Amino acid sequence: MFVALRDLRHARGRFILIGSVVALITLLVGFLGGLTQGLANANISSLTSLSLDRFVFEQPGDGQQLSFSDSTVTREQASTWSTARGVDAAEPIGIATAKATATGGSQTTAALFGVRHSLEGMAGDQTLPAGPGQVVLSQPAADKLDATTGARVHIAGASYRVAAVDGSAQYSHMPVIWMPLADWQSVASAQSAGAAPYATVLAVTLGDGADTAAIDHAAATESTGLIPALLAIDGFRSEIGSLLMMMALLFGISALVIGAFFTVWTLQRLGDIAVLKALGSTTGALVRDGLGQALIVLVVGVGLGIGITAGVGALISGAVPFVVSQLTTLVPAVAMIALGLAGAGFALRSVTRVDPLTALNGQNA
Amino acid sequence: MISLENVTLTYPDGERTVVAVDNATLAVPAGSVTAITGPSGSGKSSLLAVAAGLIKPTSGRAMIDGVDAAALSREETTRLRREKIGIVFQSPSLVPSLTALEQLEVMRRLGGPRRERAGARGRAAELLDAVGLAGSEHKRPAQLSGGQRQRVNIARALMNEPRVLIVDEPTSALDQRRGAAIIELILAMTAEFGTSTLLVTHDQSHLPMADAVERMVDGVLTRVEEAA
Repeated sequence: MFVALRDLRHARGRFILIGSVVALITLLVGFLGGLTQGLANANISSLTSLSLDRFVFEQPGDGQQLSFSDSTVTREQASTWSTARGVDAAEPIGIATAKATATGGSQTTAALFGVRHSLEGMAGDQTLPAGPGQVVLSQPAADKLDATTGARVHIAGASYRVAAVDGSAQYSHMPVIWMPLADWQSVASAQSAGAAPYATVLAVTLGDGADTAAIDHAAATESTGLIPALLAIDGFRSEIGSLLMMMALLFGISALVIGAFFTVWTLQRLGDIAVLKALGSTTGALVRDGLGQALIVLVVGVGLGIGITAGVGALISGAVPFVVSQLTTLVPAVAMIALGLAGAGFALRSVTRVDPLTALNGQNA
Repeated sequence: MISLENVTLTYPDGERTVVAVDNATLAVPAGSVTAITGPSGSGKSSLLAVAAGLIKPTSGRAMIDGVDAAALSREETTRLRREKIGIVFQSPSLVPSLTALEQLEVMRRLGGPRRERAGARGRAAELLDAVGLAGSEHKRPAQLSGGQRQRVNIARALMNEPRVLIVDEPTSALDQRRGAAIIELILAMTAEFGTSTLLVTHDQSHLPMADAVERMVDGVLTRVEEAA
């Protein structure tokens, strides 16, 4: 690092420039990461907060994919699952969209989650409605309805008492209102022309010896783990897919930018490198020097970018779906540094090929 | 000391083979300067490259302080250059970002053991003082004159206390007066540090100052003069 540190000091303009580029790319990656996580939370937090092993859907038709909006499970299917060997619990969850109106007149379109109180084993700290005619509002729902505990909320012509305001669950960019499964079935029945659905999906926890394929076959259902199930939320796949693709491209761009910078920088220094090699420097020492230099540029640039991301993100997270967390700061920072080092390492290959004999040809200091 | 024994260096040039050095033999005792002169393209630089451990001869031995450089691995040759050989390049070839002091200090940070770094700054300062650059320690190459840069080049070559000093036309970019001063400095350093110094020069006025003179023509080395 002896020469690397002095190069940084001597050519500070060039390194400030590349450090700024790294910081700006990191800023972009950080904002995209925070936004991706924020949007994902607004889409799936109601589902990811549940401790379960599988979601069970109605078996989709030929050529169709799993979909929360199209799935309807019957009481018989739920019974098949709950009595199957190796299944600890199979809890029905009804999901529907409805307009909710508070007594004060505030309205919002909410995701209604119809659940039995026995879901509490999977719901963790989430408060669930204890009896009919009660709902539990997520904080975003309470904010939009301007409602507190004890208030009344009107959904599909029926009135419900707000038993509690708890959690921040959202589903498909809508605030969640938890209600008893029976009440949800009434709302769903009013919304559908056909028979009242029992539930949308089943949330299942498994013990030893469960043969999910056999149970799916017996119940004419299709079960899947949490992550694949999230893709069954309408629009989630395309929304997150686009954002993740942008992030991946930015990671690639950052590696290329760093690699290009160090390629040019190394080419400019080939004369010095040949001299140092002729004087007895090992290739390893020179490569370590170059990688150390890249690491400093990356750590400073990425640190600056992530710092700005975290600061601005904390300010705007109330107004836009933005999450500042280790996943949206440290993970992209480490990835940026690792990819930048890979780019620099690729560029430094030329160090290994420099022939010290060329130093005798004479370069000017 | 350094001794070249029946060194031949050839390299392919299209379909023919060029003999750059033809069965050259010479020995440079410790504390003495052997000058090599000859026309351009006569093989002086090739001979110097062999003596500096930068290229292996096609045949023959290049003994540096009792070790045959031609028989070493690349890593061992690198280490030999770092520990036993000092090279004064034709043009100073200083690292632009380093001060004069740091140009010397870096010689102890080329990949050798960390213990080599001890006392590096003190020795660097002493050497800069010895070559007449006291007070210029913190100047970068761009802030030094051509003669001063060449002095740094010489001091750098002496930093690791080499047994052999390889000097490649050190005055080619300097005027007569500064050139003479640099040669005098090399002679003085050779005497002071007891190095075996191999000096390639075009300037005939420098030859009388050497302990021995060899002339090289078409790769063939011929002894011209012996010091009294």
